[in-house]
Amino acid sequence: MSAARPLDTLAAPEQRAQAGTLGMWVFLATELMFFGPLFFGYWYGRLQFPDAFAAASRETDVVLGAANTALLLTSSALMAAAVEAAQLGARRIAVRLLGATAALGVVFLVVKGVEYHHEWQAGLFPGDASVLVTGGRLFFLLYFAMTGVHALHLVIGITVVAAFAVAGAGAKPRWGPGQLGLVGLYWHFVDALWIFLFPLLYLLGRSG
Amino acid sequence: MACSKASLTPAFRPRPIAAAYRPVLDGVNAIFLTGQGDATARLARSAGFPYAWVVTPLVIFLALFAWAAAEYVRIYRPPPDAMPVFVVAKQWMWKLEHSNGKREIDELHVPVGRPVRLIMTSQDAIHSFFVPAFRIKQDLVPGRYTTLWFTATRAGEYRLFCAEYCGSDHAMMGGRVVAMEPAQFARWLEEGSPVAGLAARGFELFRRYGCSGCHAAGSTVHAPALEGLLGRPVQFSDGRSLIADEAYIRDSILLPRKDVVAGFDAIMPSFAGQMSEEDLMAIVEYIRSTGR
Amino acid sequence: MAASYLEEGYSLGSWLTTSDHKRIALLYFAAITAFFFIGGAAATIIRLELATAPDELVSADTYNRLFTAHGVIMVWLFLIPSIPSALGNFLMPMMIGARDLAFPRLNLASWYLYVGGGLMIITALVLGGVDTGWTFYTPYSTLFSNSHVVLTLAGVFVVGFSSILTGLNFIVTVHTMRAPGLTWFRLPLFVWANYATSLILVLATPVLAMTLVLLAIERIFQVGIFDPALGGDPLLFQHLFWFYSHPAVYIMVLPAMGVASEIIPCFARRRIFGYRFMAYAILGIAVIGFLVWGHHMFVSGQAVYASLAFSLLSFLVAIPSAIKVFNWTATLYKGSITLSAPMLYALGFVGLFTIGGVTGLYLASLALDVHLTDTYFVVAHFHYIMVGGSVMAYLGGVHFWWPKISGRMYPEMWGRAAAVLIFFGFNLTFFPQYLVGAQGMPRRYHAYPEEFELLNALSSAGASILAVGYLLPLVYLAWSLFYGARAERNPWQASGLEWQTASPPPKDNFDSEPLAVREPYDYWLTGDEARP
Repeated sequence: MSAARPLDTLAAPEQRAQAGTLGMWVFLATELMFFGPLFFGYWYGRLQFPDAFAAASRETDVVLGAANTALLLTSSALMAAAVEAAQLGARRIAVRLLGATAALGVVFLVVKGVEYHHEWQAGLFPGDASVLVTGGRLFFLLYFAMTGVHALHLVIGITVVAAFAVAGAGAKPRWGPGQLGLVGLYWHFVDALWIFLFPLLYLLGRSG
Repeated sequence: MACSKASLTPAFRPRPIAAAYRPVLDGVNAIFLTGQGDATARLARSAGFPYAWVVTPLVIFLALFAWAAAEYVRIYRPPPDAMPVFVVAKQWMWKLEHSNGKREIDELHVPVGRPVRLIMTSQDAIHSFFVPAFRIKQDLVPGRYTTLWFTATRAGEYRLFCAEYCGSDHAMMGGRVVAMEPAQFARWLEEGSPVAGLAARGFELFRRYGCSGCHAAGSTVHAPALEGLLGRPVQFSDGRSLIADEAYIRDSILLPRKDVVAGFDAIMPSFAGQMSEEDLMAIVEYIRSTGR
Repeated sequence: MAASYLEEGYSLGSWLTTSDHKRIALLYFAAITAFFFIGGAAATIIRLELATAPDELVSADTYNRLFTAHGVIMVWLFLIPSIPSALGNFLMPMMIGARDLAFPRLNLASWYLYVGGGLMIITALVLGGVDTGWTFYTPYSTLFSNSHVVLTLAGVFVVGFSSILTGLNFIVTVHTMRAPGLTWFRLPLFVWANYATSLILVLATPVLAMTLVLLAIERIFQVGIFDPALGGDPLLFQHLFWFYSHPAVYIMVLPAMGVASEIIPCFARRRIFGYRFMAYAILGIAVIGFLVWGHHMFVSGQAVYASLAFSLLSFLVAIPSAIKVFNWTATLYKGSITLSAPMLYALGFVGLFTIGGVTGLYLASLALDVHLTDTYFVVAHFHYIMVGGSVMAYLGGVHFWWPKISGRMYPEMWGRAAAVLIFFGFNLTFFPQYLVGAQGMPRRYHAYPEEFELLNALSSAGASILAVGYLLPLVYLAWSLFYGARAERNPWQASGLEWQTASPPPKDNFDSEPLAVREPYDYWLTGDEARP
C-alpha cells in the first residue's frame, strides 16, 4: 500500500465514468419500480375483468400503435449507431444520427397525440363511452396512465438527445462518447418499456 | 484488555458498569460455551455463537407463529349453524338486521352460547367492527362482504367501536353488543311490530328486480337454478370452481360476467348501481332460505 | 491547514448554492429541525385534546387534521430524511475517505426538492389541512374527504423524488468512491446501514410515487382502480401503499441502527461484536422488509393464506433485528463503558427499540393482531420504533458528531440531563398507550370512554416532559456554537476515518487521501497508542 496520495485522484476520469454508468442503472431500476403499480393494477384488472379488458383493448388504434412501435424501434437502432459512431470518433455522423433519433421521437409523440385526440372524443377517457362496461374504464385509465408516463419519459429523452445533437455540432464537442452511452441507455429503456406496453394495451383483445 | 488510560482525554473517563449485563452474558455463556478462560475472547472467537443467536429466536418465533396462525384460521372458519346477522356500516352508524327482519342501529343483541356470524359491508368509507371484550375485529370494505363470527359466553353489555378511521365522527361511531340469555333473546327478537322477515323481503325484491324471470323454475330463459346455492360447489365455464358463499352471490349480481357458470351463456345484465347494500343482503338471505 | 468548510463563505447565497455535502447536510439539519417542531406542535395539541374533555380544545375535524399533519410531517419531512439525508450526508463521504458524494449538484437538487415538497405540504396545512390520516386510505381519501388531499399528495410525491436521488447518490458513492484499502467489510456499519437504506429508497419510493399519482387521478377524475363502484378495489391501494410504507419503517430504523453501531463500540472501548453478522443482518432486514407489507392488513379482508405468509415473513424479519440487539449487548460485555450523552442515547435506543421490536412480534402474531391492530397498542409500538428508536439514535448521532460538525463541544452535563429526561418522558408518554390499546382503545379517536381516562392523562403528562426534553438540546447546542469548548480532531478516541481530519473538516474533508489499513472498530486492539 502506497503512502498518502494527493486528493485529485478521487476525481479520476475512469472513476467518474464508472459512477455515471452505475448511477444510470440505479436510476433505471427506480424507473422500473415507478411503473410497478401500473403493471400491478393492469394485472389485477385483467384477472378481475378478462372480457372487459379484451373488449376495451379492441377500442385502441392498433395501426397507429404498430406504426409507433416501428418508429421507436428504428429510433433505438439509430441511437445505437450514434453511440457506436461517437466511440469510433465519427462525431459528425453521430450528431446526424442523434438528430434523426430525436425527430423519430417527435413523430411518435405526434402520432400518440392523434390517438389521444380520437380516444378523448370517443369518450374512452375519463370513461363515459357507451362501449365500456365495468372494467373497461379501468383499462382506459391504465392505458392513459401508462402511455402518458411513457410519453413524458420520451419528452425528456428527446430533449436530452436534441441537446446532445446541438452541443456536438460545434467545433468543440461538449460531451464524450461515455456520456452519450448513458443517454443511449436511457433511450433504449424508454423503447423497451413501449415493447411491453404495446402488446399489453393494443394486442390483448386481438389475439384469436 | 490493555487499555491505556493515560492516552485518553479528560472528556473520556472509562467507568466499567458492565456488571448489569454480566449475569445475562454469563448465563448465555454457560449454555453455549464450555471450558475456562476469558469468556469475552471466547465469545468473539466462537464461530458457532452467532448461529445460536439465529436459531434460538427462529425456533421461538416459529412456535409463536404457528400458535397465532392456528387461532387466526379458526376466526375464519365459522360453525355451519351460526346465526347470521347482516351489518351495513355508513358514516357514522352501524345498521344491523336479523334474519327475521328485526333491525337495530348501533346495537347488536345476541344470545349467549350460540355462534353468531356477521356478514358485513360498508356503503361509503372503510369501517371496522371491533368488540374489544370479544378480542375480534374485522374491516368492512365497500364493494365486498367480510365476515366475522363469535360466541358470547357471558350475558352483559360490551362496547362496540369503529376501529378504521372513517372521517369526522369516527370516534363517535360506537355502540354496544348486548349478550342475553337465549330465552330472553328470543322474546326480544319477537317484540315490537311484526315485520316481514329478511328472506321474505328478499323474495319480494327477487321478483321486483326481475331475477325470477330467468332464475325461477320453469323459466324459458336458460339460467342457473339458485335453490340451496349457498354452500354448494359451483363449476365455472373457464374451469375454475368454488363453494358458493355470500360474497359470490353478491359478485354475481353486480359483476355477472366475472364468474360464468359452466354450461350457461353470459347473458345476465349487471345490477351494479341499482340495488342498495340492504337489498342485496335481503336477496342473499332469500337464496339462503331456499336451501332450508 | 485549509480553512474549515464553515469558513468557505458566509453569505446566504454561498449556502444555498453550495455543492459541499457538509453544507448541504447543515441545510438538511435546519429544515428537518423546523419541520420536527411543526410536527411536534401538532402532537402537543393532540395530547392536550386527549387530556381535556372532547371538543373543549379542538373539534373532531381539527383533531383529524392535526394527527394527519403530525403523521405526514414526522414521517416524510423528519424521520425519513433525518439520519440519511442530514447525518448521512455529512458523514458518508468522510467515513469512506471521499471528498464528496458522487453527484454533488444532484445532492443539492435533492435538498431543494425536499424543501419544495415540504413547503407544499405546509401550504396544504395552512390552507386548512388534510384529514385522511397519513395512510390516505381509499375510498375515504378519494370520495369522502373534504380537505386538501391533492396538494398534500403532490408534496409527498416531490419529497419522494428527493429521497430517490439521495439514495441513488449514496449507492453510487459507496460503490465507486471508497478510499484505497477500504474494502466492503472494513466499512463502518453506519455506511452499511445507509447503503441498505438507499436500496430501499431507490426501489420502494417510486412505487409510492406512482400510487399517489393514481390516487390523485382517481380523486380528480373519479375514475380509478381503487373505487369499488367502478370495479376497483380499495385493498389494492393498501397493498401498494404498504409495499412502500413498510420498507419505509426500515428507512427510518436501519440508519438508527448504524448510529448505535458507531457509538456503542466507541464508548465501550470494544470492537463491535459479530461485525459481519451485523452487516448481513442489515441487508437481511432490507431484503425481507420488502416482503412483509401485508401484515398491516390482517383484518382488512385480504385472503387468509396471504395473511399466513405475511405473518411468517414478519417473524423472520425480526430475527436479524434480534441478532443486532444481541450483538450490541455482547459489545458492551466487559467493556470499559462511559455514560456520556451519545452513549446514553444509544443505550436508550437499544432498550426502546427492543421493547418496540418485541411488541412488534405481538402484532405479527395473527390472532393477537386481530385484537390489537388499529388500537393505541399499534400507536405505542411504532412510536417505540420510530421515536424511541430512530429519534433517540438521531439525537445520539447529533451529539456524537457535534464536535466534528460544529468544531465545538456541547455541554456534557446538559447533554446527559436531556437524554435522561427524554428517556423518561418518552416512556411515560408511550408505555400507557400499550396498556390502553390492549384494553381496546382504537387509534385516531378524539374522544374516548371514561375507562381510558387515567392512562391518557399519564400519557399527556409524559408528553409534556418529552416536549421539554426535545427543546433542551436545541438551546444548549445553539449555545455551544458560540461558547462551547473548541473540539479537537478526535475527542472520543473513535476509530472511524471521519475522526482523522480536523474538526470542523476542511472543504475537501481531508488534507491528503486517507488510507484504510485497519479493521473497523479496532478498539479491541486498544489501539489508541497506535494512532498518530
